[in-house]
Amino acid sequence: MSTATTPTAYNYKVVRQFAVMTVVWGVIGMAMGVFIAAQLVWPELNFGLPWTSFGRLRPLHTNAVIFAFGGCALFATSYYVVQRTSQARLISDGLAAFTFWGWQAVIVLAVITLPLGYTSSKEYAELEWPIDILIAVVWISYALVFFGTVIKRKTKHIYVGNWFFGGFILTVAMLHIVNSAAMPVDMLKSYSAYSGATDAMIQWWYGHNAVGFFLTAGFLGMMYYFVPKQAERPIYSYRLSIVHFWALVSIYIWAGPHHLHYTALPNWAQSLGMVMSLILLAPSWGGMINGMMTLSGAWHKLRTDPILRFLVVSLAFYGMSTFEGPMMAIKTVNALSHYTDWTIGHVHAGALGWVAMISIGSIYHLLPKVFGLKEMHSIPLINAHFWLATIGTVLYIASMWVNGITQGLMWRAVNEDGTLTYSFVESVVASEPGYIVRVIGGAFFVTGMLLMAYNTWRTVRASKPAEAEAAAQMA
Amino acid sequence: MDIGTLRGLGTVVIFIAFIGVLIWAYGGKRKARFDEDAMLPFADDPEAAKRIEQESRSKQ
Repeated sequence: MSTATTPTAYNYKVVRQFAVMTVVWGVIGMAMGVFIAAQLVWPELNFGLPWTSFGRLRPLHTNAVIFAFGGCALFATSYYVVQRTSQARLISDGLAAFTFWGWQAVIVLAVITLPLGYTSSKEYAELEWPIDILIAVVWISYALVFFGTVIKRKTKHIYVGNWFFGGFILTVAMLHIVNSAAMPVDMLKSYSAYSGATDAMIQWWYGHNAVGFFLTAGFLGMMYYFVPKQAERPIYSYRLSIVHFWALVSIYIWAGPHHLHYTALPNWAQSLGMVMSLILLAPSWGGMINGMMTLSGAWHKLRTDPILRFLVVSLAFYGMSTFEGPMMAIKTVNALSHYTDWTIGHVHAGALGWVAMISIGSIYHLLPKVFGLKEMHSIPLINAHFWLATIGTVLYIASMWVNGITQGLMWRAVNEDGTLTYSFVESVVASEPGYIVRVIGGAFFVTGMLLMAYNTWRTVRASKPAEAEAAAQMA
Repeated sequence: MDIGTLRGLGTVVIFIAFIGVLIWAYGGKRKARFDEDAMLPFADDPEAAKRIEQESRSKQ
């Protein structure tokens, strides 16, 4: 493609690559989730093999959905948005291509090493040190491409969506590098540079900000572009979006200690984490309301546009889970909810309801555009996907609420003489119906993703290279 | 100065910074600039921008 190098065209190639891989990894990562959910109902599915046991496949699921599916969605949308709102081509095609192939290499290495049992045992940061170094190199390249493009923008100001993407990229670089600091023993084994309660605190400073920046700030960047774009109206309040950005990034960073309530972490740090988590409700809802109100006067568009429905329902789930999160960070509530399935339910309200739905909506919006088509192959299939995803999410989180509260109450119940009323295994037996409902909910969600995969395949097949090239021309 | 005072001052500085952001964002001087920035997603789609402008004018 000779025009690919002319500066009058956007680099859509890397967006196309990341967008398609978002769908591919989405199907794989979520199918893996349904499989391990089924293992909790039918333990025979562990097959008695170490490589297929729950303990090794669970981190594979989390890495696949967060970093493979979510990561590819973030790369695709940030590259798309930064180019279109800066009216400039990515600063380097070579470096952008490197981020694509480098990121896919990281994912493939995760798929190989995690089932083999190579893990640093840090949640959401399980990959061993050579892979961590590759992640750092890819991520710094990503920052160079993104900020380089922002610097060469033709517009006067930086659009707020890019502020969120930029904040996410910078913070994730810092979190990943600090938390992954380790002393290698050999190529596949290392020990954390920190020890004891300090190690735990740094891990959850990382862990919660993986939620706050990777899974929130980045996806808010999507929200600030794709909701106005799909609804065809500017964001409800641009001024609120500025306050939203600064308040969110300055408060999220303090919320990590709520993962360590009632542990060896100093009590003052736990209380600080709890208070900061409660304050976090304000910027979270500020952003949610800003997105929702963008539709004021245009609610009728929801009746006919399933893509907009994905985007708006994702905001509803975002509002719900950012209310639930601060509540669960209150120490007395946490005493009931911690270590139960309630936590898993909360995570999935955010992961399925917010992160996946906003990504799916955004990909449905940009995919035909970067392939030079007017719209996706089938709009009714998007609508079917929407309902499958919504029903799946509701089944998932409702079953985990019931399970979590049941477990919390059973574990804390004591007899008059001070002995425990229930043995642990009794709470496992009580959880079985919930686990079955979760498998069904997950299966709904994956079925929706399969429809998306088919729809994507038909859309890509209908695209002609010349049309895709013409679409990349700047207006 | 002991560490407690220092932490207290930190809180004050952050609070002042937040008030600063509020004043900056909601200051009357920058309203036109932000209205313009809010239209950045439509800069590549003049037809949509025109539709939005007509709609907002018909409301007034």
